[in-house]
Amino acid sequence: MSGVRREIALFAGLGVLLVLVFLSQGAAYGVRMLAEASCYAILALGLTIQWGYAGLFNAGIMGFVAVGGAVTMTLTYPSNPDFWNSEGPAGLAGVALWLIGAIALVVAVSRADRIGVPKGLRNALTAVVAGAAYLVVAAQLDPVATLIEKEAGFIGGFGLPVWLGWAFGGVVAGLVAWFIGHICLGLRSDYLAIATLGIAEIIKAILKNSDWLTRGTLTVSPLDWPVPTPGDIGFVASRSAYLAVTAVMIVVIYILLQRAWHAPWGRMMRAIRDNEVSSASMGKDVNRRRLEIFILGSVLMGIGGAALVSFSRIFDPSGFIPLNHTFLVWVMVILGGAGNNRGAIFGALLVYVIWTMSEPAALALFEVVRSIGESLFAWEAPADLNSRALQMRVFVIGLTITLVLRYAPKGLLPEQPPKHED
Amino acid sequence: MNELVFFINKVVLAGGVIGSIYAMGAIGVTLVFAILRFAHFAHGDMMTLGAFIAFILTASFPAVGQWVGLPSAFVLLPVAMVLTALVAIGLDRTFYRPLRGANLKPVVFVMASIGVTLMIQGLVRLFAGPSARQLYIDDRKDIFRLEMPFELARMKIVITEPQILLFIFTAVAVVALHLFLTRSRLGKAMRAMSDNPDLARVSGINTDMVVRTTWIIAGMLAAAAGTLLSLDVTFKPDLSFNILLPIFAAAIVGGVGRPYGAVVGGFVVGYAETLAVFNWAILLRPFKESMPDWIDLPTKIAFVPTEYKITVPFVLLVIILIWRPTGILKGKVL
Repeated sequence: MSGVRREIALFAGLGVLLVLVFLSQGAAYGVRMLAEASCYAILALGLTIQWGYAGLFNAGIMGFVAVGGAVTMTLTYPSNPDFWNSEGPAGLAGVALWLIGAIALVVAVSRADRIGVPKGLRNALTAVVAGAAYLVVAAQLDPVATLIEKEAGFIGGFGLPVWLGWAFGGVVAGLVAWFIGHICLGLRSDYLAIATLGIAEIIKAILKNSDWLTRGTLTVSPLDWPVPTPGDIGFVASRSAYLAVTAVMIVVIYILLQRAWHAPWGRMMRAIRDNEVSSASMGKDVNRRRLEIFILGSVLMGIGGAALVSFSRIFDPSGFIPLNHTFLVWVMVILGGAGNNRGAIFGALLVYVIWTMSEPAALALFEVVRSIGESLFAWEAPADLNSRALQMRVFVIGLTITLVLRYAPKGLLPEQPPKHED
Repeated sequence: MNELVFFINKVVLAGGVIGSIYAMGAIGVTLVFAILRFAHFAHGDMMTLGAFIAFILTASFPAVGQWVGLPSAFVLLPVAMVLTALVAIGLDRTFYRPLRGANLKPVVFVMASIGVTLMIQGLVRLFAGPSARQLYIDDRKDIFRLEMPFELARMKIVITEPQILLFIFTAVAVVALHLFLTRSRLGKAMRAMSDNPDLARVSGINTDMVVRTTWIIAGMLAAAAGTLLSLDVTFKPDLSFNILLPIFAAAIVGGVGRPYGAVVGGFVVGYAETLAVFNWAILLRPFKESMPDWIDLPTKIAFVPTEYKITVPFVLLVIILIWRPTGILKGKVL
């Protein structure tokens, strides 16, 4: 089969590329890059089920990554005694009570049509009550947040094991996805794209400005690893161990997704993706299934994001650039081949290697441009040429997306519909 | 009365300014949505690009404005608009038209438009650098301070020259668009294609022409909005970043495919943003004496802290999607 041969050739080429990187940049750098690429591979697997299996356009991957990272940070960072000794916990508990009460009230009002309130009035009432409840809760939170920031800096963490942090990162990302999907999945994919982009921006704004929760721009470090950290056993060994953990996760996720793809569930998803009307007429609950797979993909993104943030050992909310990093993952998936799990992993490794290697390449290229310009045309290069050169990488991501869409819409490893022999 | 003047400055004028910008952007988005049926994510960056073209033109011919007594960037704006419209048509030719033939899912276009977004973003930042720049190069920004006719207010209503130009331009553009869509043959063809593309094609409407016109209008308005916004504040390469979500919200709130809806939506979103971050405590201050003692007036009552401004269009979007997905003016739901 030519498909298998092609796959072997592509993976062999990728292997050669990785060996070259290892030889030229050294083992510590190579393992770091591979570990990061493996985290991106988890993100790509999450996206490939949303886009490849179900055709859902998620433009807010960075938002889910940030959620996963923030949850991991909060759960695994050592606890902050200043916070627990202050009045912060009591205050936060009070805010939580207010919040629960407010949510209960809003939900109750939104169900008012059951007791005969007309729908228009119910909507108006819900909006008013929600607005008022929001103001009350915000007014409750404000002094507590100020107090925590003044007395303890931020609430610190809970000192829980890392794997628990990753798992909860996935769960919270799934909750965010449930909220978005609930509103947008009944409409066309464009609305989902806009809404996910919006929620990514909002998550970033919240993480960046809630100093009491995340220390905002001051960043939190060092984050714990599920394996011994470089300080204990050296860079290569610890990073390899980390890579082993993420690799095992990828294998497990891959096997599960592969089974799902061949299962009736996967067939149903493809049917919904390819022809919504006919699958609806066969009795499939299209929106419910879509919500299911959207949440599932976002959970994977939350876990992948948690692993990515943990690996970098620093939680920096301003480091998440919604559009650019999201589309790095998108390039991985559509270049690798949407709907093909091996394609997603292949794409993640290949694109991440190219992405990291393009940084010195872009700088070198612009160094040449600068020297030519200065010597031949007496051109005065701007002082920030290096930071501008890195913007070229954004251009290249955009160009790759459009070219792949036009010339190879199926990607390097196209989706293979399962064949049943019987 | 100082408080009222403050309110006019901070809400009525500021909201009107940002609302006009959103309205012009949203018209382009809504037209592309109506004719080509996809959410054009590159619109914010087309605005940045238009502003950047205007900046380059102004930097090359800084003295043009003095002949007419208007800012040079505004005088050169038509040139920038034409150039941006050409760029828009070029982008369509290279990136969107090849996909149109292939009978793909509409969401593929959204993705292509994001690819275009990233490309424009990369190029503009490469050439413009990250810093903010003034579009007033050789001329001075006129600031008008209107005295209130009565003695009570010491504060003055402050309005700048670019703001006045923006209001005039928006009004003219909306009226012109209205006349174009209702009176001209091409405008009617556009509306027909928006309602039913297949029917429009079989009844002999030149759909290529309609698509081109759509890009011309969208590109020109994007350039105008970007330039006028940059005139009012400064030109920043990441201008599109904060403007994309409000524009989409405006187009959807107004009703997708409805140019007038886009105008309404633009002002709704613009005013919602300014009202949400406005400090209402200032308006309550004059009544402090007449209030009973037990009410302790807080120094700041705002719905949303300024750094969370981006949540406002999103919340509006969510509300409208739940409550009335067609938008205010009954647009399409795709």
